[in-house]
Amino acid sequence: MATSVIAAPRRSRTLLERLRGGDTVAHAICWFFAVVVMAITAALLIGLWIKAGPTRNAFGFGFLASSLWNPVTDQYGALPFVYGTLVTSVVALLISVPLGVGAAIYLSELATAKLSDSLTFLVELLAAVPSVIYGLLAIFTLVPLMRNYVEPALKKTLGTVPVIGDLFSGPIFGFGYLTAGIILAVMTFPFIISVSREALLSVPREQREAALALGATKWESTWQVVVPFARLGIFGSIFLGLARALGETMAVTMVIGNDPAIHTSLFANGYTIAAVVANQFSEATGEMYASALVELSLVLFVLTIVINAAAQLMIVLTTRKGSARA
Amino acid sequence: MTSRNQRRRIVNNVMLTLTGVCAFLTVSTLFLILGYLVYNGGKSVDLNFFTQLPRSPGELGGGMANAIVGSAEVIVLASLIGLPIGFLAGVYLSEFGGKTFGFMVRYTADLLNGVPSIVIGVFVWTIVVVPMHGFSALAGGIALSLMLIPISARSTEQFLQEVPRALREGSLALGASKWRTIASVIVPAASKGILTGMILGVARISGETAPLLFTALNNQFWSTGLTQPTATLPVMIYTRAVAPYDDWHRQAWAAGLVLLTLVLVANILARTIMARGISVPRG
Amino acid sequence: MRRSSFAGLAAIPVVLIGTAAAQVSINAAGATFPETIYQKWGKEFTGARLNYQAIGSGAGINQLTNGTVDFGASDMPMKDEQIAKLKVKALHFPTVLGAVVPVYNIPGVATDLKFTPETLAGIYLGEIKKWNDPKLAADNKGVKLPNEDIVTVHRAEASGTTFVWCDYLAKVSSTWKAKIGGACATALSWPVSGLAGQGNPGVAGMVKQTPNTIGYVELVFASQEHLTFGVVKNKSSKFVKASVASVTAAAAGAAKEIPADFRVSITDAPGADAYPISSFTYLLVPVKIEDAAKKKAIKDFLAWMLTTGQKDAPGLDFAPLPKSVAEKAQKQIALIQ
Repeated sequence: MATSVIAAPRRSRTLLERLRGGDTVAHAICWFFAVVVMAITAALLIGLWIKAGPTRNAFGFGFLASSLWNPVTDQYGALPFVYGTLVTSVVALLISVPLGVGAAIYLSELATAKLSDSLTFLVELLAAVPSVIYGLLAIFTLVPLMRNYVEPALKKTLGTVPVIGDLFSGPIFGFGYLTAGIILAVMTFPFIISVSREALLSVPREQREAALALGATKWESTWQVVVPFARLGIFGSIFLGLARALGETMAVTMVIGNDPAIHTSLFANGYTIAAVVANQFSEATGEMYASALVELSLVLFVLTIVINAAAQLMIVLTTRKGSARA
Repeated sequence: MTSRNQRRRIVNNVMLTLTGVCAFLTVSTLFLILGYLVYNGGKSVDLNFFTQLPRSPGELGGGMANAIVGSAEVIVLASLIGLPIGFLAGVYLSEFGGKTFGFMVRYTADLLNGVPSIVIGVFVWTIVVVPMHGFSALAGGIALSLMLIPISARSTEQFLQEVPRALREGSLALGASKWRTIASVIVPAASKGILTGMILGVARISGETAPLLFTALNNQFWSTGLTQPTATLPVMIYTRAVAPYDDWHRQAWAAGLVLLTLVLVANILARTIMARGISVPRG
Repeated sequence: MRRSSFAGLAAIPVVLIGTAAAQVSINAAGATFPETIYQKWGKEFTGARLNYQAIGSGAGINQLTNGTVDFGASDMPMKDEQIAKLKVKALHFPTVLGAVVPVYNIPGVATDLKFTPETLAGIYLGEIKKWNDPKLAADNKGVKLPNEDIVTVHRAEASGTTFVWCDYLAKVSSTWKAKIGGACATALSWPVSGLAGQGNPGVAGMVKQTPNTIGYVELVFASQEHLTFGVVKNKSSKFVKASVASVTAAAAGAAKEIPADFRVSITDAPGADAYPISSFTYLLVPVKIEDAAKKKAIKDFLAWMLTTGQKDAPGLDFAPLPKSVAEKAQKQIALIQ
């Protein structure tokens, strides 16, 4: 046996032999499914692009600048929805970034390893809570709270300040941009905390020790040395949270008030792209109406892609290389 | 101690305490959520909830038995479609992928992952519901599977990559063919991680509402087959929550509690599996 | 032991699905206006499983146009352009008559407020901004109206109820008619931005939860949820409260001359006791149905609905169809091929 193996000259295997060997078949099967994934994504993008054709041709880039949304006269503008999407997301980040980064600092610098791991575990569970449950909670607990206590209080205090007062004025419904922003903030906590904590943990010990050795307090060491070192990862986490907030549908549509117009006050009702598609797609008769909603979806999709890509880039740069490069 | 140092000390203590407060606030939101759901839902979850069909608007009583079964139907469908596709695509990316083609597949999988869930619903309505002339559990399952595929693919790839090279090379050195190596050595070694990824993915889609709005629609009765619309827990929660009937609110809380319990249990289960470490076959 | 009991458990859904499958399943979607009675009919009618989903009249028309439901439902009769888009023509079958009432939530006010066409239009045009506006106070002497802003609630999605409301206001207020561009539809560009609710239940829910709101909903949603709703001055200058009787009175005139396709508006109807914001609501059934079993089931349902089903109407605050209309509609069933 051994001699024949050594002595036999090598010849290339025939197709049949390769097939029987199994590797080619396995490769082909896996390759096929990889192609399926590509095909699905391509079909989705192409399908959306085509379906958005009528309004793309009719409005061009003006679609993004117009704030007139009137299905009856077939006039469509994306601005109120883009505005609503961005405003709610920005409000969400303004709340969740300080809280989230603060919590991440605590978890990475101050808490013991065990406490840090278990608390992070709990925070990450927040990411698993379905959007509709956030919406359910928001309608029955957050909206009355906002309407009866928080918004009147904000109106009395911040509403009187000169420049930002406009943000906190006007009629109070309980629904609106601010409420949606708050619920979105809770939904983005886990992303910001988890990823920022990873970024902070990956900062080399030497950095901290060097700062402390130079006489810095723990806070100064953290804030002036560690956090800047991990800043790319932290920004990455913010972008990840932003990407999640942009695409959120159910929780937002249940509390934003569904008004397709632009309002300055945060107490006012608005609309986001995801919410308007969810509410109006089933009744979108006619080419233009459906096309307008699909074009809105494409705008949202593009926004999400760009932000996700930026987030991934930042996170990869920090956690893999372990150092912050500008 | 100089006053400057005193100030620095105070700042240090205050800021560090604040970070603790931040951590406390964020973690407590989870408990607040659970607390509200348990309090409001606990009162309403009873045997009726699990066994009865929903009543007409304004009538008291009834349950969400059809929604529970419907959700299970749709999730099983989505898993049967999405998990194998994702798994095999993940195997391709990890074991067979070339540089450029592999990059393209990975990139499109990430794109698919980033598609907002409502857009998936719109897409499936166009390609499944309209040609089929009807809403169906099948359409709902397909919509959810599209969300499951990238999750399953990327997590499969990630955990297969983490299997040590020594294991692969050892198997190949012993004369096993590549596919044999993958099937008998690499995949089992990464099985814990892959399984975790799948459980997390399934848990994630089980709570999704938006893709089901235009695909599975809803149903007052039991769904009689894959080609009929079906009630699902998330959609029921949504419709009950926005209505004015107190009885429906009660049911929404109950459904929310049931759904959240299932999702959290799945998540905790998955993470516990992971925490036990990646299994490496011995002997 | 374990295996067999597991098999037993697994058999339950199979058995359920099996027995269920013996019946034909019909899927319909559309207006929320009549959803209470349609869902009740769905449970009572034994000839098929009628699954009705209330997603709004506009969505009902759209899904019918796309062929994803077996029939649609709308409070607004389809417009000519909408009918032209149908691949298979559809017949309008009137089912019941309902009323759209102005519901409100004013802390401290538990009585029925009196609304005139001018005040209702004024509120929704934004001309009347506060509850204690002199125009409202004039009609409601003795009621303590607060000095609060009025928050209007309307529908977020395309709604037949919106159409009925708009249709009424357009008939009684030329300013309203001009402001909305002349033609009423299921979706409007609202002059005053207020709150928007999903479906009749959503609007009722918002009014119930938010103080100082006014909204428009079908009568049953107001009465089931014990929401206060106002009386409206009709064409004969009488303040009428919506009820089965006043809605029936509104349809009396139209019943005599109802067109062959049943598309008619009965808002602002003449008659001393007529409620001015009443409407028929319709099922939109394709004239050609391929599946023989479905066709039979739908025809049986329509026949049942127009006779036995009408008895359920008063209990849910809907008015049954006038006899002549019901008989005419029954004849239309034969047109379904």
